Amino acid sequence: MFENYSDSSVYLAIVLAPLIGSIIAGIFNTYISRAVAHTVTIAGVGLSFILAVFVFKYFAFDDAQVYNETVYTWLVSDGIRFEIGFLVDNLTSMMLLVVSFVSLMVHLYTIGYMQEDPGYKRFFSYISLFTFSMYMLVMSNNFLQLFFGWEAVGLVSYLLIGFYYQKESAIFANMKAFLVNRVGDFGFILGIAAVLMVFNTLDYADVFSMANSKADLMIEIIPGSQWSMMTLMCILLFIGAMGKSAQVPLHVWLPDSMEGPTPISALIHAATMVTAGIFMVTRMSPLFELSETALSFIMVIGAITALFMGFLGVIQNDIKRVVAYSTLSQLGYMTVALGASAYSAAVFHLMTHAFFKALLFLAAGSVIIGMHHVQDIRQMGGLKKYMPITYWTSLLGTLALIGFPGFSGFFSKDSIIEAVHASHLVGSDFAYYAVLAGVFITALYSLRLFFIVFHGRERMDQHTKAHLKESPWVVTVPLVLLAIPSVIIGGMTISSVLYGDYFSNVVFVQHGHDVLGHLKEEYHGPMAMVLHGVTSAPFFLMVAGIATAWVLYMKRPEWPAKIKNSFGLIYDILDNKYGFDAFNEKVIAGGTRGIGHVLSKFGDIMIIDGFVVNGSAKSVAWFSSIIRQVQTGYLYHYAFAMILGLIGLLALAVF
Amino acid sequence: MLTLTHFLVLSAIIFSISLAGVFINRKNVIILLMCVELMLLAVNTNFIAFSYFLNDTAGQVFVFFILTVAAAEAAIGLAILVVLFRNKRTINVEELDTLKG
Amino acid sequence: MFSNLPLLSLVIWTPIIGGMLVLATGSKNSIEAKVLSLLVSLVTLALSIPLYTQFDSSLASMQFEELIPWITTFHINYHIGIDGISMPLIVLTTFISVIVIIAGWEVISYKTAQYMAAFLILEGLMIGTFAAMDAMLFYVFWEALLIPMFVIIGIWGGPNRVYATIKFFLYTFLGSVLMLISLLYLYMHAADVNGVGTFNIQDLHKLPLALNAQILIFLSFLLAFAVKVPMWPVHTWLPDAHVEAPTGGSVVLAAIMLKLGGYGFVRFSLPITPDASMTLDWLVILLSLIAIVYIGFVALVQADMKKLIAYSSISHMGFVTLGFFLLWKITDNTGSASGAVLGLEGAMVQMISHGFISAAMFLSVGVLYDRMHSRMIKDYGGVVNTMPAFASFAVFFAMANAGLPGTSGFVGEFMVIMAAFKANFWYAFLAAITLILGAAYTLWMIKRVVFGAIANEQVEHLEDMSGREFFMMLLLALAVLAIGLYPAPLLDVMHATIDNLVAHISVSKIP
Repeated sequence: MFENYSDSSVYLAIVLAPLIGSIIAGIFNTYISRAVAHTVTIAGVGLSFILAVFVFKYFAFDDAQVYNETVYTWLVSDGIRFEIGFLVDNLTSMMLLVVSFVSLMVHLYTIGYMQEDPGYKRFFSYISLFTFSMYMLVMSNNFLQLFFGWEAVGLVSYLLIGFYYQKESAIFANMKAFLVNRVGDFGFILGIAAVLMVFNTLDYADVFSMANSKADLMIEIIPGSQWSMMTLMCILLFIGAMGKSAQVPLHVWLPDSMEGPTPISALIHAATMVTAGIFMVTRMSPLFELSETALSFIMVIGAITALFMGFLGVIQNDIKRVVAYSTLSQLGYMTVALGASAYSAAVFHLMTHAFFKALLFLAAGSVIIGMHHVQDIRQMGGLKKYMPITYWTSLLGTLALIGFPGFSGFFSKDSIIEAVHASHLVGSDFAYYAVLAGVFITALYSLRLFFIVFHGRERMDQHTKAHLKESPWVVTVPLVLLAIPSVIIGGMTISSVLYGDYFSNVVFVQHGHDVLGHLKEEYHGPMAMVLHGVTSAPFFLMVAGIATAWVLYMKRPEWPAKIKNSFGLIYDILDNKYGFDAFNEKVIAGGTRGIGHVLSKFGDIMIIDGFVVNGSAKSVAWFSSIIRQVQTGYLYHYAFAMILGLIGLLALAVF
Repeated sequence: MLTLTHFLVLSAIIFSISLAGVFINRKNVIILLMCVELMLLAVNTNFIAFSYFLNDTAGQVFVFFILTVAAAEAAIGLAILVVLFRNKRTINVEELDTLKG
Repeated sequence: MFSNLPLLSLVIWTPIIGGMLVLATGSKNSIEAKVLSLLVSLVTLALSIPLYTQFDSSLASMQFEELIPWITTFHINYHIGIDGISMPLIVLTTFISVIVIIAGWEVISYKTAQYMAAFLILEGLMIGTFAAMDAMLFYVFWEALLIPMFVIIGIWGGPNRVYATIKFFLYTFLGSVLMLISLLYLYMHAADVNGVGTFNIQDLHKLPLALNAQILIFLSFLLAFAVKVPMWPVHTWLPDAHVEAPTGGSVVLAAIMLKLGGYGFVRFSLPITPDASMTLDWLVILLSLIAIVYIGFVALVQADMKKLIAYSSISHMGFVTLGFFLLWKITDNTGSASGAVLGLEGAMVQMISHGFISAAMFLSVGVLYDRMHSRMIKDYGGVVNTMPAFASFAVFFAMANAGLPGTSGFVGEFMVIMAAFKANFWYAFLAAITLILGAAYTLWMIKRVVFGAIANEQVEHLEDMSGREFFMMLLLALAVLAIGLYPAPLLDVMHATIDNLVAHISVSKIP
């Protein structure tokens, strides 16, 4: 299609095609038909997908050189050039492929999912705009544009979570998502400021090439104590990633984001946007490698997220929320891998996860369509015979998620667990056991969901049951197309992505942290890994999880209620999601409003306005009320005063 | 022999009487007006006395000016007084305190 | 082609004389008055465009200078000129004035001609303030523009307008009186030093001054400009003035009049008293940070939309003053002045950007107010259902107000935060809190007003924006996007001037 991979117009076309589609569908919303709206947006994303395939081919197979060019100079100030530019290398090309593929699938799927929605055209406009923003994020060659894309995907996420703007819960969730992300961005922008302070440029290439020489820089934040600049910078940047990639304690927005339509849960809140933080840290591996403190911090945060968010998945009854908590947990896995310096493993898991989690969400959406927008799994059951395609694709997705040997999730997740095991950083032991336990939990909640929805008693009402049928082809085709990579992509690519040199010019790992290099010595191809996998601890934990789920939800469905009753306290803690929401609602949000009220009432209204401003006006009035007594109004008093004045002046003149 | 001093003393006495009339009088605004006129007369006396003793007729010219102004003032003052009475139904100085602050 | 025209004078006097003409049409011919006003504002805008296109951005010196002796006894001249700092502000003024005229088109039915005329005269006076190169001329314009604003709020304002106007007037007047005394002192001092007094601002820049004199002058300037900006704690006139002002008045107040304070800092405080600025920079930085954080909290709990936006303005203007005074702290912290220009230019961009965004926010409230006659948030809800086009703009401008990248609101905040980090981690930390608070108060308002189910019957009967309203929103949205996506042209005109300013204030003036 194009001869020269370094042709900038190709990259511009990738980025701009969905943007143009979005603009047409968005701005000319009222003038175009539904068919035009979905045609232009799908054409835009389709074009960018085809181009992304070519770009990927050039980088993966033709050994293309890294493309790093400026598109235009955003501004120049103080000798620092802030630019908009593209950096395309192996990492970017892979992200482009993943994003464009999932996005294309979601676009197709939306035709079926949203067909009765009045906001049909608006929705297409938003998801194309999202695709554009995500491209800008992954293709940026500097921190500024990264932040652009970062906030732009946040904006679209905000718009899409609040897509059903009449629903109070939706517009609460979108504001919550935006604000929690803003907390992350707060750290992120300070991190960028730190980068600018240290390197005086925001260009990746320049920053990374200078990184080593600045490793020993210190900063005095609290007078008297010196902090490593790199640690500060990395932790600040990672706080941004915590917001976007929903790591504890900034994870609270992701479950609520399920208020949005299901296609965007798949696209934004599972496959692409939430992995931006993982992508970002990987991109910045030359910086993060310089601070072991930051890496340990990342690993511990990731481990907490991976394990504890998994627990919450076990008790949820909303089909989408179960998958959402699963996403949180899987993001935790990726973050742990980052902390262990196994950046390639994190991105590898990001890729496999994008496919199977998008698949699971879209399958959940297919179930929701079939169930007429009922999302409570307690009203489902036995859907296997009504929705065979959904059933089988879900099964493949679930197996991939729990890391069944041979499926793509197995390769990525097992590699992460091994990598953490090999790491020697502070916190790696905790992280190892957390991710190991996570395997059991993952299998438990995944199969629980699967059994309750597709097997067992049919608990839906008669009306719903009568209309139950498989979803239309625009829904099932994306499911099938996503199921294929969910199964095979891991085994196909692990040798080059994880243990080959695919990321060798992208990811920088310090010699002492090189856990993947360590694992590589024991790696003998995907088949060997599968064979080894069935004898390892994660496999047994997974089987235990499956078995537990089978017993609890198939064999003895009355047990869960008993367990719930006998472990009431634990259940309450989980049901309240460890109290994060209540804490945020009462202490953070309430506290902020409280401070606002106090400052407004006492600071502004009482002290400044009441005391100082109106106070001075009042004191003037008080003073004049005394002085006015002199003004009696009687002429003879005035005349007398005049005489006195005259005498006084005369006296002055004489003496 | 009348000297300048006698005239000056006389005019000072007239002036003082009228001045006292302005602020001791608490009854009638007309008396106030008369006192003002008296003050002007005292000044006129001074002018004439100086004019005579210093042989400068300019002083007597000024007296004519003052008399003219005084006449106009008396006319306007009385007119105001009439309007005041119509509005307030009184010309008692004690009751006229609209200037009170 | 126009090179021999006194272009700058034309830009100043066209709206003033045009405003007089509009007054002359009397209140009966309101259509004629409106058309004439629109023409005058458009001509002014057209005249101001060559100021940008023919501006030589490589020069730090004054351009389009004009000098006519005025009061020769005191060496006061009608001396005007523009540089990279004032030119963008002037173009902003002419642009916003057109919007204001359009905004008042159908809304103002009482004394329309006088309303339009007041705005035109105000426009000319504001441009004069930005262009004045003579301190006395500056002072005259500075005080004169209080009068039309006073009239605008006092006649077309809300129920509590008398309190608001008097508060506004006294506050601003209090500040500027001390400034006058300082200017007089500078004149006398120049007479002592050079043998001849001067009010020429550029000569005052070069005037050597002892530190204690500088500190007194700095403080008096600070009071004058801090009230205008407004900085905490002399900010309380602004919410009241905004609440009572008609929509157009709020727009001009927020978009341009606040910028006069910021402009004063770069034109007077910094270059005339650099040593005092260095000594007292902590004070300005402290007040700015308080403004950013404190006011952010206060904005959050406002029940009145206009008050909320007014407080948000104060918070955003905190970035301006913060950016202006970072030079010395950066030098202390990093040993070089690199970053100071970033802060100053960021502050300038923030002023321009805030001009557009706050104008748009107040216009949005105006659009709602014209339909519902309420500014209270609780009276609204679910506006998006009946006014989808309006809702799109409202969300867009809310995002711009929250500093979303790609809108102009981000550029200035970003640059100032970058510079603040170089000065001190905590400055940047506190300034960056606005990322959270700004989003919180703006989006919370949007959530309660725009989103949700239809709250009441009045909302149900709302009509979407008219073509006129759509047009002015679109103009502002395009401006906000243009600066957000490509701020380089705006910054290019400032570089030479700001570089020169930083070079100037880095050198001590103590004799």
